[in-house]
Amino acid sequence: MQLARVIGNVVSTVKNNALLGRKLLLIQVLDHELAASGKPLVAIDSVGAGTGDLVFWCRGKEASFPFEGSEVPTDCTIVGIVDSESHVKFAARGKKL
Amino acid sequence: MILARVLGNVVATQKNSRYANARIMLVQPINPDGTARGASILALDSVDAGEDDIVIVVQEGWSASTASTGEPGAAIDSAIVGVVDFIEEDVS
Repeated sequence: MQLARVIGNVVSTVKNNALLGRKLLLIQVLDHELAASGKPLVAIDSVGAGTGDLVFWCRGKEASFPFEGSEVPTDCTIVGIVDSESHVKFAARGKKL
Repeated sequence: MILARVLGNVVATQKNSRYANARIMLVQPINPDGTARGASILALDSVDAGEDDIVIVVQEGWSASTASTGEPGAAIDSAIVGVVDFIEEDVS
């Protein structure tokens, strides 16, 4: 899993049937300092996240497990919303690794 | 599995139900010499790892899910499965 910021919505009309009714969000992957790291991704939401939320997401085949019962084709699913930026806790905050 | 250093943890109230009671740790993958390698990731704890520990992280869904929740099939891609005491590198 990795931290990410939700930076937008993705609207798609023609899509796989298993994606019907699913919320597609654009996320920017973040490092532990909450700085952008790597490329933006399209993620499916499973926890009610929205634009601006600090979230974490699951990659790979495991990303489809929150939707058990329907074979949702995804490799990137938001599985949690971090309570706030101060809930990313580590002693070395501010120090460069 | 990869080596990583535990940086800290993350608190989330609203999350997938399978993450209930789990500790979500923030870890930095490292090289054997301790230098950082690549982006930091989140991994569920299964061994009571603490901040600054060098740990072993498994990055495969079945193993990560089973190790950290006791059951497979959860949306978990990484778990801490061991705390490293020391590494002996053969330099010859």
